[in-house]
Amino acid sequence: MTVLKPEQAASREYQAGFVTDIESDTLPPGLNEDVIRHISAKKDEPEWLLEWRLEAFRHWQTMSEPRWAAVDYPPIDYQAISYYSAPKSKEDGPKSLDEVDPKLLETYEKLGIPLREQEMLAGVAVDAVFDSVSVATTFREKLAEAGVIFCPISEAVREYPELVRQYLGSVVPTGDNFFAALNSAVFTDGSFVYIPKGVRCPMELSTYFRINASNTGQFERTLIIADEGAYVSYLEGCTAPQRDENQLHAAVVELVALDDAQIKYSTVQNWYPGDENGVGGIYNFVTKRADCRGKRSKVSWTQVETGSAITWKYPSCILRGDDSVGEFYSVALTKMHQQADTGTKMIHLGRNTRSTIVSKGIAAGYGQQSYRGLVRIGKDAHGARNYTQCDSLLIGDRCGAHTFPYVEVKNPSAVVEHEATTSKIGEDQLFYCRARGVPEEDAVNLIVNGFCKDVFNELPMEFAVEANRLMEVSLEGAVG
Amino acid sequence: MLKIENLHVRVDGKAILKGINLHVRAGEVHAIMGPNGSGKSTLSNVIAGRDGYEVSEGSIRFKGKDLLGMAPEERAWEGVFLAFQYPVEIPGVNNTYLLKAGVNARRRHLGLPELDAMDFMQRVKEKAKLVELDPSFLSRGVNEGFSGGEKKRNEIFQMAVLEPELALLDETDSGLDIDALRVVAGGVNRLRSPERAIVMVTHYQRLLDYIQPDIVHVLVDGRILKSGDKALALELEARGYDWVREEAGA
Repeated sequence: MTVLKPEQAASREYQAGFVTDIESDTLPPGLNEDVIRHISAKKDEPEWLLEWRLEAFRHWQTMSEPRWAAVDYPPIDYQAISYYSAPKSKEDGPKSLDEVDPKLLETYEKLGIPLREQEMLAGVAVDAVFDSVSVATTFREKLAEAGVIFCPISEAVREYPELVRQYLGSVVPTGDNFFAALNSAVFTDGSFVYIPKGVRCPMELSTYFRINASNTGQFERTLIIADEGAYVSYLEGCTAPQRDENQLHAAVVELVALDDAQIKYSTVQNWYPGDENGVGGIYNFVTKRADCRGKRSKVSWTQVETGSAITWKYPSCILRGDDSVGEFYSVALTKMHQQADTGTKMIHLGRNTRSTIVSKGIAAGYGQQSYRGLVRIGKDAHGARNYTQCDSLLIGDRCGAHTFPYVEVKNPSAVVEHEATTSKIGEDQLFYCRARGVPEEDAVNLIVNGFCKDVFNELPMEFAVEANRLMEVSLEGAVG
Repeated sequence: MLKIENLHVRVDGKAILKGINLHVRAGEVHAIMGPNGSGKSTLSNVIAGRDGYEVSEGSIRFKGKDLLGMAPEERAWEGVFLAFQYPVEIPGVNNTYLLKAGVNARRRHLGLPELDAMDFMQRVKEKAKLVELDPSFLSRGVNEGFSGGEKKRNEIFQMAVLEPELALLDETDSGLDIDALRVVAGGVNRLRSPERAIVMVTHYQRLLDYIQPDIVHVLVDGRILKSGDKALALELEARGYDWVREEAGA
């Protein structure tokens, strides 16, 4: 068998690396209160939201960047980043896809996500976020019939101010952490979803994110509320064009599930990881948190993370309601010089709360991979249960996998289980596949996809297929 | 079909095979017998292309082509198959999917159209009957949670699906009870054909009661010391291996 060469490992060119030439209305680099006022004014925001942003900004100025994650990168100059960039449009925004800049549609087609086709064939409503401003929103009427609100959060601020004001920052407060505070100060857009009582959202909701303008940090803000007995499945997929400079991405996602509500949140993330020398790539510092506020509520996070130079991400569940359930299924792949410090937090507060964590980390090339997870059982969480399974797969001998499980139990009736494995991709397994006629690279894909199966099974059908393909594309050249 | 000449193989610098000569023609069934550590498994692994073996001398030609210059998958495409002594588990990888990938890679190599899912499933179901493999095994992970006997049965099932020209059976009888042995041997016998050669590696003659070999070789200390017909296997069973050593003056 050929020896795996780390310098060759997983260094295929990033396929989504192209830049769409659309005029941008971009603020000069720098961050101060005037910039925040400008963003707020651009968005036509009410006074309370401006104040909220300013408060976050003032808080942020007192904070320092977290350094506890097992990732390494040069200091970020926050004054060198431009905090607003919007595609120019003649009117206030397109009324339909026909009014969308054809070049933008072309970009989506290059990425294999033609909006039209998705509209008609997949029945997926797409709220396309392109350079901080949503330019195309589909299926709105159909969702409206069901009473579902799915719109850019900037629009929700104008149309549904009470809902936004009630829930925004209620899961991730403005001063929660350095990046969340920054996001609260400067977020430009994102999605807003509200599912009314007893409504099962008639389709999967999907947002495709795309970072485009050079040097523009992207600060998405997503807020999803499932009212009593409601159900929604939300898909998030991302690609970004190739860039030399690092791009900062600090999103915040807040989920609120009331009594008997269910939210399924799936992510396939494929941002530009940097080149084979570790130059460029996205810094992905994301705060994702769900509040299972209601009794018997349930939130599932499923993520497939293959992109970004650095990932700092811990989708979490606060299991506040009695009998609420939190799930976290994750596949993270780091190759070349990518670094990922990712995991979850399950905070059990209510009685008989249950959580499941399945984390699969794959490291190739010089990739570094850390699972960091917290399971906290509060003193009133009688009968709480957690099951954690955390597996790592190494390809080659220059990569690394690390596991940092934190467990805090304050209630003696709780049951917490943790299983962890680390294995090198087996030469025996590879030889077995090859002896059956499967070429080496395909054999690696087979084995990796098998390793990830428990997580892929949690993805909605279309996403599962995409995830398989993404792993294959990402692993091309992982063996030399 | 298979021509091994003066094959010398080292593992970690230690000589394991010391000048093997073996000619196998299409349609023949050969048995290679020998005590533990004689180099039997090394021989089948080297033919199939496993890493970690250093060929210091000699050649292996298959249908006139140099096998040693080929990757394991290329050998499979040429028609070489190895039934493993210890089949590995590959969690989450569907048994049928693995086979389909292997069959179609070979068909591409041979310039044949790939089999679609329907045709392939048809073929797989027929072959599963051959070794009395429960259809539920088809959709399970490769050898995942299989018993020892099930793993061996799965190997012969894979052989049936892949339709090799040369099948190497490495200790296929080990770990099988008598019923399982009968089933596995029955499967192998049904796969015998004038176009296909079979080389069985074993240290018990028990398997040969079920699969009749044309030629029996005795492999001791890295050399084939004696070859003969089925009678030789019976003699080995009765007398052990020492007399062969003495006779050869080894």
